[in-house]
Amino acid sequence: MTDVTSRRLQGTGIGRGIAVGQVLRMPDPLPEPDDTPSALTPDAEKERARASLAATAAIIRHRGERAGGSAKDVLEAQAFMAEDPTLIDDVGERLDSGKTAERAVFEAFAAFRDLLVSMGGYMGERATDLDDVSQRVVAHLRGVAAPGVPDPDFAFVLVARDLAPADTALLDLEKVLALVTSDGGPTSHTAILAREKSIVAVVGVADALDLADGTEVIVDASTGTVTVSPTDDERAQALERAEELRSARSADTGPGRLADGTEVPLLANLGSADGAEDALAKGAEGVGLFRTEFLFLDSTSAPTVDEQKAQYVRLLQAFAGKKVVVRALDAGADKPLSFLNDAPEENPALGLRGLRALRANEPILRDQLRALAAADAETDADVWVMAPMVSTVEETRYFTALARECGLKTAGVMVEVPSSALLADRILADADFASIGTNDLTQYTLAADRLLGSVASFQDPWHPAVLKLVGEVGKAGQQLGKPVGICGEAAADPLLAVVLVGLGATTLSMSPAALADVRAELARFTLDDARRFADLALSANSAIEARAAVTAASIS
Amino acid sequence: MAERTVEMASKHGLHARPATIFTQTVAKSGLPVQISKAGGKAVNAASILGVISLGIEQGDTLTLVSEGDSADAVLDELVTLLSTDLDAD
Repeated sequence: MTDVTSRRLQGTGIGRGIAVGQVLRMPDPLPEPDDTPSALTPDAEKERARASLAATAAIIRHRGERAGGSAKDVLEAQAFMAEDPTLIDDVGERLDSGKTAERAVFEAFAAFRDLLVSMGGYMGERATDLDDVSQRVVAHLRGVAAPGVPDPDFAFVLVARDLAPADTALLDLEKVLALVTSDGGPTSHTAILAREKSIVAVVGVADALDLADGTEVIVDASTGTVTVSPTDDERAQALERAEELRSARSADTGPGRLADGTEVPLLANLGSADGAEDALAKGAEGVGLFRTEFLFLDSTSAPTVDEQKAQYVRLLQAFAGKKVVVRALDAGADKPLSFLNDAPEENPALGLRGLRALRANEPILRDQLRALAAADAETDADVWVMAPMVSTVEETRYFTALARECGLKTAGVMVEVPSSALLADRILADADFASIGTNDLTQYTLAADRLLGSVASFQDPWHPAVLKLVGEVGKAGQQLGKPVGICGEAAADPLLAVVLVGLGATTLSMSPAALADVRAELARFTLDDARRFADLALSANSAIEARAAVTAASIS
Repeated sequence: MAERTVEMASKHGLHARPATIFTQTVAKSGLPVQISKAGGKAVNAASILGVISLGIEQGDTLTLVSEGDSADAVLDELVTLLSTDLDAD
């Protein structure tokens, strides 16, 4: 490993946090074991395989017991896989043909993995678990560190190429002081995780993988820098800033406002009523996006009006006196529901999804709106309802008329498709409000599938084309006196949140963990500043230029 | 030798979660138990990978075979498991 000579590494910071700690590298995946004949007897190889499988099962089980909760179940199932009698028989047969234990274990797990993948669905989900167990057993046989997320007894700065969802599911966030990645941009899985969980992160640091385990670093997300082997002064200053941020966060949970007093209500994105208490504790002034898919995802048929109503009442009671924006069922590309649309589509993101799918199944939409209106009548929250993926004025009229007919007072639309942003003045003439879903708006504006890694670099809401569309909606909202909210990932990026307000957003909704940083950032700037930043971003040629220009202006 | 025939009740068949519950129950009993789908090969019922690889779906007819002192009691317990909808909670 080469020494890092320059003491300061540069990347893109996520949020504004700062942390000091020692580096632990995420081990690289192991290469496939060679298929060369073993020099040992089959019995000797069997003993090696048996010992490593048993040891791996014990280690995994021990980790599960420490982790608890849902991670314990996942790890317990993995331990059973390492002890599985069918697998052990399969390894034995391969060893009898003269293979090494490493190769036999690798092949046996791969065969089961392929079998599960070919079965698809629920079985397919276990395939990555098998890969993980396989890598751990092979690592144990070779006597090298197990790949996967390190799990030491102390807090550390995790350095990785990039993190996959499978890695972060088992990451003990209590011990992760900061994340540093060499790859990945501001919308990578790492960045999204960091925002959701409020972890200090700097992504896209070119030389990050040259950092050796145990090196002390300062990770400063506000400047996007990683300082290697800091001086005593630097360390003391960083720790002081971290403490200031911590106390500011816990002290200030007041309403969102700019430095000049302009109010920008900060709302929470919630996926079920369970998160309500946490959102309120973090100062959410209401709910800007209540996703209702959880009511439907595990069902083969839609839930009844009464079943839905009970869930809505639970949520609305928690937010008595506050605004709650509920999104009608949003099935589609990334979350298919068989009872809405089970026709295979070449291009599901452009298919029968969002409001289109609801309209094709109007009884389901009517039931949902009726359940919501009934819950509204029983509670004191200010209930707004919106339709997902609206692309025309005609769809807007259809939805708002139906919602009002079902007894809901405030009906609006989500702006996720460029056509809706471009005709926002006509859409807002009818809708009571608009809420911009920046993730989908970015996907459709740049024609880049948000679930496809190979085009991830296009998925950046700082792109001036995306911001221009946001500005169209903001302008229409101001002219017609209609609220324009933001409920995508973009609202959780503190500096971009200021830009969005400059473009005319009147409320911002995000995962509750992001509220504190966005609140603090808004308080640093006036509405004039925000508009100036918006102009700077709009006149840039790319997302990178836009971010750089606004970052520079925000520091000076 | 004890033998039982049962129809799979869980909505999604014997996928990961019910398969874990099922194979753990077999493993705890300490008895050798074989499970097979009508007309298919028998696998070790204590093996989660073996059981999953049968691709058992709701409505499939399953045969359980075991030997030993408590075989009848163990098979009765397994039949109860398989005829309950393990996805219900």
